[in-house]
Amino acid sequence: MMVAVTLAVLVTMALAVFRSILGPTVYDRILAVNAFGTLTVVLISVYGFLSERPEFLDLALVYALINFIGTIAVSKYVEFSHMGRPTGGDELGDI
Amino acid sequence: MDIILELLSWGLLAVGAIFLIIGGIGMVRLPDVFARMHGAGIIDTMGVGAVLSGLMIQGGMSIVTIKLILILVFIVFTSPTATHALARAALHGGVRPRNNEAPEEDTSQGGSSSKT
Amino acid sequence: MGFMAVIGFAVARLRNLFAVVMLTGIFSLTAAVLYVLLDAVDVAFTEAAVGAGISTVLMLGTLALTSSEERVESTGGSRWALVLVVVTGAILVYGTFDMPAFGDPTAAIHHHVAPYYLEKSGQEIGLPNVVTSVLASYRGYDTLGEVFVIFTAAIGVLLIIGRPQFGRRRSHRMLVGELHESMRTNVILRVVSKLLIPVILLFALYVQWHGDFGPGGGFQAGVIFASGFILYALIFDIDTARTMIPARVTRIFLCLGVLLYTGVGIAGFFMGGNFLNYSVLAATPVSGQHLGILLVEFGVGLTVAAAMISIFFTFARQEH
Repeated sequence: MMVAVTLAVLVTMALAVFRSILGPTVYDRILAVNAFGTLTVVLISVYGFLSERPEFLDLALVYALINFIGTIAVSKYVEFSHMGRPTGGDELGDI
Repeated sequence: MDIILELLSWGLLAVGAIFLIIGGIGMVRLPDVFARMHGAGIIDTMGVGAVLSGLMIQGGMSIVTIKLILILVFIVFTSPTATHALARAALHGGVRPRNNEAPEEDTSQGGSSSKT
Repeated sequence: MGFMAVIGFAVARLRNLFAVVMLTGIFSLTAAVLYVLLDAVDVAFTEAAVGAGISTVLMLGTLALTSSEERVESTGGSRWALVLVVVTGAILVYGTFDMPAFGDPTAAIHHHVAPYYLEKSGQEIGLPNVVTSVLASYRGYDTLGEVFVIFTAAIGVLLIIGRPQFGRRRSHRMLVGELHESMRTNVILRVVSKLLIPVILLFALYVQWHGDFGPGGGFQAGVIFASGFILYALIFDIDTARTMIPARVTRIFLCLGVLLYTGVGIAGFFMGGNFLNYSVLAATPVSGQHLGILLVEFGVGLTVAAAMISIFFTFARQEH
């Protein structure tokens, strides 16, 4: 059964990659990358169970986190075409 | 009791796998960006939820189950938020949903449209 | 691995740089999955955090400053380049035929240092996670070099693009209308971020200290910690985020981490051992190793977190 789930996840990953290469607008690609990240989380969890090593779950949590932050960053970039606008402040810049 | 739990876990895993594939097919075949977000949403909620619940039952009462619950709660919080941010970005970026008029021209539908 | 080949090919061929950034993110995730399949959990951890997360965010910051289409170059003499690449690749592949099979127990690398580490790590250091013990203690000098590399990279970025350009004072305040445009008015994102950021920072601390027992350690924890602040900066404005973690603080932490690591090494001098010999730091050698690895990993985490935060803020502050 675990093997079946792993196969299903791999098939869905292939579909997501297909959409990410194909998708005409940029939002399709962002969506596909987000779904791919969530699928990676599932894959890691199932694989952790298959190989009897529950440390992999820390890994899955990190992937979920990174996936989320990456999608938010990309959405912000695409919507505003900048990642943050300076408004003055310290004149030394960031040094 | 054990057999019931085992069967339940298998059933959840199978349901999760089916929903994952359905969501994937939806992402490829649906005609529009916003419609494809539905497909991704199916993957994120039903697919991941069912698979992780099946794994939780297999894990029994241990730290593994707690970590799986944490992962599930995290995904439940962040996945709709990410989709929301993406949909906003798409809407502001000018993507129009298919077979739908622009929001300003909705007066023909009757009174309840408001300017977004 | 077929995934990676397809994605790599698409990355090289697509012109739209934004799509390339997205695909690079997927590539990093696939690489991380590959590492998991090879049972290298710590490497997968770091690859996920750095490759799929921070790199994508930083590359987007770069894209915001440059154009989003790759300039079409005339490819006159590219036939020879292709031949050269194929020949070199073929030679490399031919070279791998001589290598021992994957996982072969009689291979050379399994005979000299690796068994020593695997056997002795339990007695000499006493940590369940051998990767951490190798990284921080047996090969501590290498890790010191890595921390210096990260430190130098952050300093390089700060020096090159951290200063405002000559003759231009960045003194315009953000207009009220612009506040409405930013993500700040988005209630859902604000609330969810406020819920998540404490959890993220707590998770970073967990990964930092738990690196002795499970996958984790300083590098991964630093990246996760930085990503909490980056999330805050993305949802709210850069300046709000900068008031939360001022440039002075990141500067200090950047140097503090490196100092801590080197300090632990030098403390070995005063206690009568060699540089970076942790065994002399405490009453018994094993607890000395524990103490040394704890401090050293903390130094790594500090520097990595401060470096990522500084680089992100420097990129994001640039104007077009």
